[in-house]
Amino acid sequence: MELSGAEIIVRFLEDEGVEHLFGYPGGAVLHIYDALYRQDKVQHILVRHEQAATHAADGYARSTGKPGVVLVTSGPGATNAVTGIATAYMDSIPMVVITGQVPTSLIGNDAFQEVDSVGITRPCVKHNFLVKDVADLAETLKKAFYIASTGRPGPVVVDVPKDVTAEKTKYVYPKTVDMRSYNPVVKGHSGQIKRAAKMLASAKRPVLYTGGGVILDAAAKSLTELAHLMNTPVTNTSMGLGGFPASDKQFLGMLGMHGTYEANMAISRCDLLVAIGARFDDRVTGNIAKFAPEAKIIHVDIDPASISKNVKVDIPIVGGVSNVLKEWIKQIKAEKLSADNDAAAKWWTQIDEWRSKDCLKYEQGPEVIKPQYVLDTMNRITKGDAFVTSDVGQHQMWAAQFCRFDKPRRWINSGGLGTMGFGLPAAMGVQFAHPKATVACVTGEGSIQMNIQELSTCMQYGLPIKVVCLNNGYLGMVRQWQEFFYEERYASSYMESVPDFVKLAEAYGHVGMRIENPADVEGALKAAFKMKERYVFLDFVTDKTENVYPMVPAGAGLDEMILI
Amino acid sequence: MRHIISILMENEAGALSRVAGLFSARGYNIESLTVAATEDASLSRMTLVTRGSDEIIEQITKQLNKLIDVVKLIDLTEGVHIERELLLIKVKAKGEERRNEVKRLTDIFRGHVIDVTDASYTVELTGTGEKLDAFISTLGKDILETVRSGASGIARGDKALHI
Repeated sequence: MELSGAEIIVRFLEDEGVEHLFGYPGGAVLHIYDALYRQDKVQHILVRHEQAATHAADGYARSTGKPGVVLVTSGPGATNAVTGIATAYMDSIPMVVITGQVPTSLIGNDAFQEVDSVGITRPCVKHNFLVKDVADLAETLKKAFYIASTGRPGPVVVDVPKDVTAEKTKYVYPKTVDMRSYNPVVKGHSGQIKRAAKMLASAKRPVLYTGGGVILDAAAKSLTELAHLMNTPVTNTSMGLGGFPASDKQFLGMLGMHGTYEANMAISRCDLLVAIGARFDDRVTGNIAKFAPEAKIIHVDIDPASISKNVKVDIPIVGGVSNVLKEWIKQIKAEKLSADNDAAAKWWTQIDEWRSKDCLKYEQGPEVIKPQYVLDTMNRITKGDAFVTSDVGQHQMWAAQFCRFDKPRRWINSGGLGTMGFGLPAAMGVQFAHPKATVACVTGEGSIQMNIQELSTCMQYGLPIKVVCLNNGYLGMVRQWQEFFYEERYASSYMESVPDFVKLAEAYGHVGMRIENPADVEGALKAAFKMKERYVFLDFVTDKTENVYPMVPAGAGLDEMILI
Repeated sequence: MRHIISILMENEAGALSRVAGLFSARGYNIESLTVAATEDASLSRMTLVTRGSDEIIEQITKQLNKLIDVVKLIDLTEGVHIERELLLIKVKAKGEERRNEVKRLTDIFRGHVIDVTDASYTVELTGTGEKLDAFISTLGKDILETVRSGASGIARGDKALHI
């Protein structure tokens, strides 16, 4: 039977097992929307802005491991989606974005709602396609899903001109895909893994530094087993939180610019650094010349280009993190390797001494709400088991410090691109993937306003998200830098007319709460999280001038932190 | 150091801009770039000349390999190889003495005069970049136009870049 291009897209999504499609209609994709209307397998979720569609698909992908799928129209639909595509690209999130395009006969004519979507997205996608012939459509979509979700995952854009969605051809679901130019390495080199296993066993002061790769490759269990077998301390990047249980005594917390004292000191003094699915980002390393200066480095990553990009590595292992760690554990057992107990005891004594600084301490007085206290309390009430999405800024760092994630895929934040406005739409994607789960969006009064229109989407679909807004009336992280490095010249970081979020939430049909007194924090959070069916906007009026500590100033080494 | 990287790519629309975009986005420099389809029309062969430290060249080759359209690549500079560039040059050639001189120089460099007018010669010459530089500077003044193809390269011996 012959199907139109639009019907092929929808049938393909169904055959590929896609249940949710985040999008926004427009001229170039009307055929596709019509095909969506005539079926009931793929649920389309109408957002209020295309950026939100990509972030929602992103949150969906991060919380499930399945690629998030987006449908937007040509021109502004595509350009609005770019921020979300770039966000997914920086954090290696599998996503397929179908963009409408003007008819092939008009491409290049500066037609209405025409942009060169393939050209605009090229630097921020893993790959992209322009489909010029309906006969190539199904195969191209299959390639897009394959590329997006294998190797180092990432977003793939498929640009489909309107006439291609109207033309008809025979449809067969392509079950397999074969690309001579794309064969990601999964298995690590066993000789290298053996060398690494021996190096770890003979190290006196080792640290495992692990990132988003552990979560993307579902390797949390293997990582925990390896760390326990070798009694090795573990620190996570912001992307890697939840890849190792925060409640485990071997966990040092997050490292980097706002990492814990014990994590950053351990990195600075270790003799062996094992980087697993992490990429030595500048926010993690600080001054790279002063990063882990005494250490040999082992680097496990699926992307060869990540290895020896920022630091010289002694043992590179290219491969899927999960595969490599399983092989590593096998080697430990086969070779009967174990940690040097005396050295480990000394190392842990040193680490415990660093820990005793209690670098995240704060004091909640009777008058002003401390932002840390809100997140600490939320973490306690949700037993650390909520999905927490975050926007970008101080609240993001406090959430990373105070929400203690024991499981992977619970912490969802824009780590690489640092996209304000990510949190709320990402939370929508998470809630669609996990309708019964508790989903909280930690945000600030700045970030939330970047995608505030999604309150409407949440109403339409009855998403019971809890927004925890830490409202200090400032773009807090900008203010903090201005306080430290610009002699307190607070250029454009003060928000002079923040809306009444309670009324705003109510205007959209949600529950709004404003909390100004520390004594009310716990009660408000408990009441909000009890409302299982309702979206609740919690507007916490917090300390205006609280800073995130510890902090490694730009250009400094990790052991040169500013402590509270 | 100067490196010549040969790349086999899917002969798809936009493949060239993926390579060019990668170089500009990551701040690598391109000295020259040539590209054309191979005997297998589904593949393009690109020769790219770039400069950088060993670390940068390592990143360049890794990042190129990461492009989905790149099937295979080789850094020719790592082994013995042959490099050729084509030069088309138009020079003023007036008066018997000058015309003879240009013709003689062209012969010495094993080039060919491929177009003649009363007032000019157009010369075709292939060789390494240095040889072409030398020819151009030997001609000295009176150059009306030069066109250089950029380098193409191939490994010596039985080694071949194919799939």
